[in-house]
Amino acid sequence: MSLNGAAYIVGAYEHPTRKADALSVLRLHADVAKGALADAGLTKDHIDGYFCAGDAPGLGTTTVAEYLGLKLRHVDSTECGGSAPILHVAHAAAAIAAGRCNVALITLAGRPRAAMAEALAKAAADAGAGGKPVKAPLALRPPDPDAAELTFELPYGPATQNLYAIVARRHMHEFGTTSEQLAWIKVAASHHAQHNPHAMLRDVVTVADVMNSPLVSDPLHRLDCCVMSDGGGALIVARPEIARQLKRPLVKVRGTGEAPKHAMGGRIDLSFSAAAWSGPRAFAEAGVAPADIQYASLYDSFTITVLMQLEDLGFCKKGEGGRFVADGGLISGVGRLPFNTDGGGLCSNHPANRGGVTKVIEAVRQLRGEAHPAVQVRDCRLALASGIGGALASRHTAGTLILERL
Amino acid sequence: MSDRKIPAPRVLSESLAYWQAADEGRLLLKKCRACGELHHYPRDICPHCLSDDTVWVDAAGTGSVYSFSTMGQGEAAYTLAFVTLDEGVTLMTNLVDAEAHAFAIGQRVTVVFKPSEGGHAVAMFTPL
Repeated sequence: MSLNGAAYIVGAYEHPTRKADALSVLRLHADVAKGALADAGLTKDHIDGYFCAGDAPGLGTTTVAEYLGLKLRHVDSTECGGSAPILHVAHAAAAIAAGRCNVALITLAGRPRAAMAEALAKAAADAGAGGKPVKAPLALRPPDPDAAELTFELPYGPATQNLYAIVARRHMHEFGTTSEQLAWIKVAASHHAQHNPHAMLRDVVTVADVMNSPLVSDPLHRLDCCVMSDGGGALIVARPEIARQLKRPLVKVRGTGEAPKHAMGGRIDLSFSAAAWSGPRAFAEAGVAPADIQYASLYDSFTITVLMQLEDLGFCKKGEGGRFVADGGLISGVGRLPFNTDGGGLCSNHPANRGGVTKVIEAVRQLRGEAHPAVQVRDCRLALASGIGGALASRHTAGTLILERL
Repeated sequence: MSDRKIPAPRVLSESLAYWQAADEGRLLLKKCRACGELHHYPRDICPHCLSDDTVWVDAAGTGSVYSFSTMGQGEAAYTLAFVTLDEGVTLMTNLVDAEAHAFAIGQRVTVVFKPSEGGHAVAMFTPL
């Protein structure tokens, strides 16, 4: 069953906060749900399908539905990390096509930054005056003891940073990619973020700024990394007949693809991401080619994440991502492919350590002509949103979404 | 060099033999007798063909660096790596017992076993 045209994104909302000291995780989910409903011109009684991932507390769909007082007939808690909302859009379109729901709400929200500050304050208080120096907790949630693969990895100290850096190192070895080329991705994001009043990092940076920032995990520098933020976002996906009754520009789900990639029993190849599998499915369903895409939201947990997606989605050949992004290749109005015009995870926000929903939201803004005028793509009719959830080196799930404004 | 404390691996029943061998300085892989393929991490059921006819085999303990990244500063620095064993299986590990700038992709390495914090020994690799 093709999902091309099965559903439309009728509502999109991003939480303006970047540090939610006084807002609970559920309150954040509720805030973004209300925002997306208002954006769509719908009420909560229209929602009959709800989608969320592992960032939702408690029983996920049930817990959020209870807080919001939703009466539902379809739920989906597909969890694959930061790419989950991109898969949720596809799953919502499938559920709508199958008659399981008419109006689907998708939320993502969290407060890892505020929680980290609270954990540090508590540790400092526990240590007391003259106590041991306080170290930040490495992870707020302990790893699942039943995840067998982790028992063979945790002794070696895998962290998010080195699980991306190790891919960057391999890419440099195989294809001659340079740190300067990766830095151009951050430079482009910063050019866009200067126009976003909510962005955490609004200063335009140079390649030299990125190169001179401290090494976090060789070869990635601090400015190769995304920000850590609170907040979230929501989307509303609706049946075509309902979308046409609303007063918003029509944003059609045109192509979808998803794929997990893991260690395959030790047959590890870090030269590509799962987007190499999810992307072609989305393009086939949409009946378009990468060259047709006018704007791309690319998951940007790190600069290398963007580079891998550019190649794997077919915007350039494998190994040519470095040349593609250099010299402003991703800057709106300057380069060949405007990307993450809100500043992305690299500069604006990465709510709940998950960038999937903001990727879709900025694609919707571009298609509606509602991006900041300085970064708006002229007559943007075809956009792509891509997510990599999990870790690039060890295991992750890619989601690809192609959207069209009618 | 690194003074990083190595967390004790959690031992699942399926992989107990692997950790016991590590304590004896032996690196084990799982081999499937149905399809003949090796795999890692080790499981009862072959991820290539789903046969449960899998057996433990000794790896030579030599291989080459597939990729690596050094994280942290000074004494806290450590090097995460993927090493491709000569048997063809690539696994996550650490590169140890040499300065970080001495590591390179393609470099020949051999296994060394390091004590963990109150648990089984852990297989790491050092340049040959």
